Amino acid sequence: MLRILWLVPALPLLGVIINGILALFFERPLLLRKYYEDLEKGVHEEDSHGHGAEDHPLFHHWYRQLVSITGPSVVGAAFFVALVCVLILVKRPPHERVFQLDLFTWIQSGEFRTAFSLYLDPLSSVMILVVTGVGFLIHVYSVGYMAHEKGYARYFVYLNLFTFAMLVLVLASNYLLLFVGWEAVGLCSYLLIGYWYEKKSASDAGKKAFIVNRVGDFGFALGMFLLFWTVGSLNFSEVFPKALEMWEAGTLTPAVATAITLLLFVGATGKSAQIPLYVWLPDAMEGPTPVSALIHAATMVTAGVYMVARSNVLYLMSPTTLTVVAVIGGATALFAATIGVAQNDMKRVLAYSTVSQLGYMFLACGVGAFTAGIFHLMTHAFFKALLFLGSGSVMHALAGELDIRKMGGLKKYMPVTFWTFFLATLAISGIPGFSGFFSKDEILWRAFSSPFGGKVFWLLGTVAAFVTAFYMFRMVFLAFFGETRLSPELKEHVHESPKVMTVPLMILAVLSVVGGFVGIPPILGGSNRFEHFLEPVFEKGAELVPAAPHHFSHSLELGLMVLAVLVAAAGIYLAYHFYMKKPELPGKVAEKYPVLYDVVANKYYVDEIYHAIVVYPVYRFSVFLWEVFDVLVVDGIVNGVGRVLLGTGQAVRRLQTGVVHTYAVSLLIGAVILVGYLIFG
Amino acid sequence: MVPESYYLVLSGIMFAVGVVGVVSRRNALIILMSIEIMLNAVNLAFVAAGSYLGDPAGNVFAFMVMTVAAAEAAVGLAIVIAIFRHRETVDVSELKELKF
Amino acid sequence: MERILFFIFGFVAVFGSIMVVSRRHPISSVMYLLLTLFSVAALFVLRKSHFIAAIQIIVYAGAVVVLIVFVIMLLNVAESKIPVERPTLAQGVGVVAAGLLMLEGALVGSRYGAQIEKAVDVGTVEAVGKALFTSYLLPFEITSLLLLAAIVGSIVLARKKF
Repeated sequence: MLRILWLVPALPLLGVIINGILALFFERPLLLRKYYEDLEKGVHEEDSHGHGAEDHPLFHHWYRQLVSITGPSVVGAAFFVALVCVLILVKRPPHERVFQLDLFTWIQSGEFRTAFSLYLDPLSSVMILVVTGVGFLIHVYSVGYMAHEKGYARYFVYLNLFTFAMLVLVLASNYLLLFVGWEAVGLCSYLLIGYWYEKKSASDAGKKAFIVNRVGDFGFALGMFLLFWTVGSLNFSEVFPKALEMWEAGTLTPAVATAITLLLFVGATGKSAQIPLYVWLPDAMEGPTPVSALIHAATMVTAGVYMVARSNVLYLMSPTTLTVVAVIGGATALFAATIGVAQNDMKRVLAYSTVSQLGYMFLACGVGAFTAGIFHLMTHAFFKALLFLGSGSVMHALAGELDIRKMGGLKKYMPVTFWTFFLATLAISGIPGFSGFFSKDEILWRAFSSPFGGKVFWLLGTVAAFVTAFYMFRMVFLAFFGETRLSPELKEHVHESPKVMTVPLMILAVLSVVGGFVGIPPILGGSNRFEHFLEPVFEKGAELVPAAPHHFSHSLELGLMVLAVLVAAAGIYLAYHFYMKKPELPGKVAEKYPVLYDVVANKYYVDEIYHAIVVYPVYRFSVFLWEVFDVLVVDGIVNGVGRVLLGTGQAVRRLQTGVVHTYAVSLLIGAVILVGYLIFG
Repeated sequence: MVPESYYLVLSGIMFAVGVVGVVSRRNALIILMSIEIMLNAVNLAFVAAGSYLGDPAGNVFAFMVMTVAAAEAAVGLAIVIAIFRHRETVDVSELKELKF
Repeated sequence: MERILFFIFGFVAVFGSIMVVSRRHPISSVMYLLLTLFSVAALFVLRKSHFIAAIQIIVYAGAVVVLIVFVIMLLNVAESKIPVERPTLAQGVGVVAAGLLMLEGALVGSRYGAQIEKAVDVGTVEAVGKALFTSYLLPFEITSLLLLAAIVGSIVLARKKF
């Protein structure tokens, strides 16, 4: 029965094909027609968000209805199949919960063999459920959100393709196939960020994401090569046992393990937007909001976490790498959170929040608490997708307005959006009972208590939690509470979003609330079923973990938990104090510490620094190559070859007399020489 | 019996005479005839070698060469006619437009 | 006896060839060509290649030579239009090279054995026919295509309107 697993990635691919045909043969001709009609009429469509003339046949063609059905339904069907597969898997005893489906041999070269095969275990089960489940909701939401777009079918082609690629990534049975999915999601990310390609900032953001990710992918590829070189395989089912054997035999040294894992982690920093490669994610908000929710919050950016968790055996061999991962994760968590404090664009706040939450996940992986990282990955997928979709709903209502300073009082205009958004905010802030509380608290506790952890990591995480609560509530207070600051025209326009958008919001809100209940820690009377479910994946690596140096009492664990909640509450209160009670206070603070405010508001000038130390030198070097190397050397050689040939031709063409006898004689001489060679040679 | 070498030497002499005709004459018709002589010389060598080795292939090859010679004569003469109709000449050294 | 006949016909063949190459008017060349062809046919007979000898007379003497004569008559090149031979440097070189080629040919030819190794008759009509219709059937059939192409080609080339 588990053989139907191949349907999980195949269904979105089917969607790509159907929607692709619709996009190419129905949408494109209509778009071109509209373009030429506009050109004739002299209409210049500035509004790239497509709220333009909607009486055009383009917007009423039957293909749109078809896309609205196929786009989400293939993903919904994939979710259903995934659910069936996972339920079958769960029926098995814990240690047999691994299933590999070999579809076909993909590359065979000497001893190196890579199959296109799918690998289902508890870890990938969680991932496919999150990808298809959250993905399905976002597809449905997109039907409403993107209804007025010109490139409707194109959007769903990309979105389905992304789902397919992401499923290949998480279901891959070897690093190479994982890398294929890894690159393919990068491609889809690029396509979707640059979805409004007429807009320069959007296409630039797409390119930036693509190029920054190349840096990471380079490291990932190198790590893969090194892994194959040392262990001799890339299949998960072979690599890890073999690596363990070699580790015990001493043929796999800690230095090599560190090199492999660090290189792989470079790839993860690129894809999952960690310091120093996080800069692309905030710019990626140029894409449509559902894309931000799906790719840049719930799924693709977590691929790095998934990869690190998948490679847990290798990572646990190298305490150095683990420390690096934890430090980078913790630093990113705090660093990005502080940037979020001073942003006014709703989606940008959420983008930095995503970077920060991903930092948490890496912090968890870095202290060896992979389950906690995956747990947070899942809960984060729920509430962050919800937050993004909520901001999309606001944007939809306000005709594209995203500046929270110009909102205010939206609560009464759009109650569903407000309540769902509010629940998600509670979840991300770590209020007890909501999903974010359990996963975040698990991470903080493990950061404190794990043999790889330490108090510094706990402190980083706790401070980041405080800042998170502050900036999230700042946004909620500014956007939804208080007096409305909307312009009069917008006030007329503002409305609650249609059902097709609010229903996914509500489902995600439910998940954000209850999603944490699968992992209630024992100290709160739960049994942490999530951790037990994932245990088989991590038990091989667990042998490498040293015994905990000392035992911590339950009261300490409870105390820290309460402390974390208090810290979050303090953040909320601070936000309330600043933005509800004394709205003039933030301005005063900014005036008092102008330098600090400037630095934070400008995102620590990281983009500018990168521009100065990376982009600008590369640019100058390219100009040098063009003006000096290309013009003088390359062109010189090319032109020189041409000139030499021209001159030779001028000289030699005299041989072409046109008289038959000359040719006959030269032929004859050749024959004489040839025969002479055969006789005497 | 006549030794094999006699035939081959005779063939070589005839071939060389044909070559001299091709490279030294200007009359297109005579050049064509010289080519026939060269082909005959080759046939002679084929037939002699064939019976020397006891292999019918020599005769078969001579047969093929004759076919080619007939075809070549037909096409070559057609070309000569066409050229003569246009240029009123059979002198090949006057036909040297295809140069440089 | 055979040797004497070989020398007689061989001499006539070479003599005819030289005359073909050296005559000024093509019509005399054709007559000497005929002579050469007959001598070569006789040489074929000496090698017991009866089939090829017969073809030589029928196709060459009968068809090709007649064709050449036809063309010469048809063109009817005026006496003044017959090209005047003015030797050029290239032609001189060519003649020298031809001489070298002859020497080389003689050198190769003289290496071969004095006697026929096998006395099998391979040139009779029966033997050649068997070979042609068994081992060499495909090349034999392809010659028909060649001839067809030659027919079409010469008709197209010799048409009045090009």
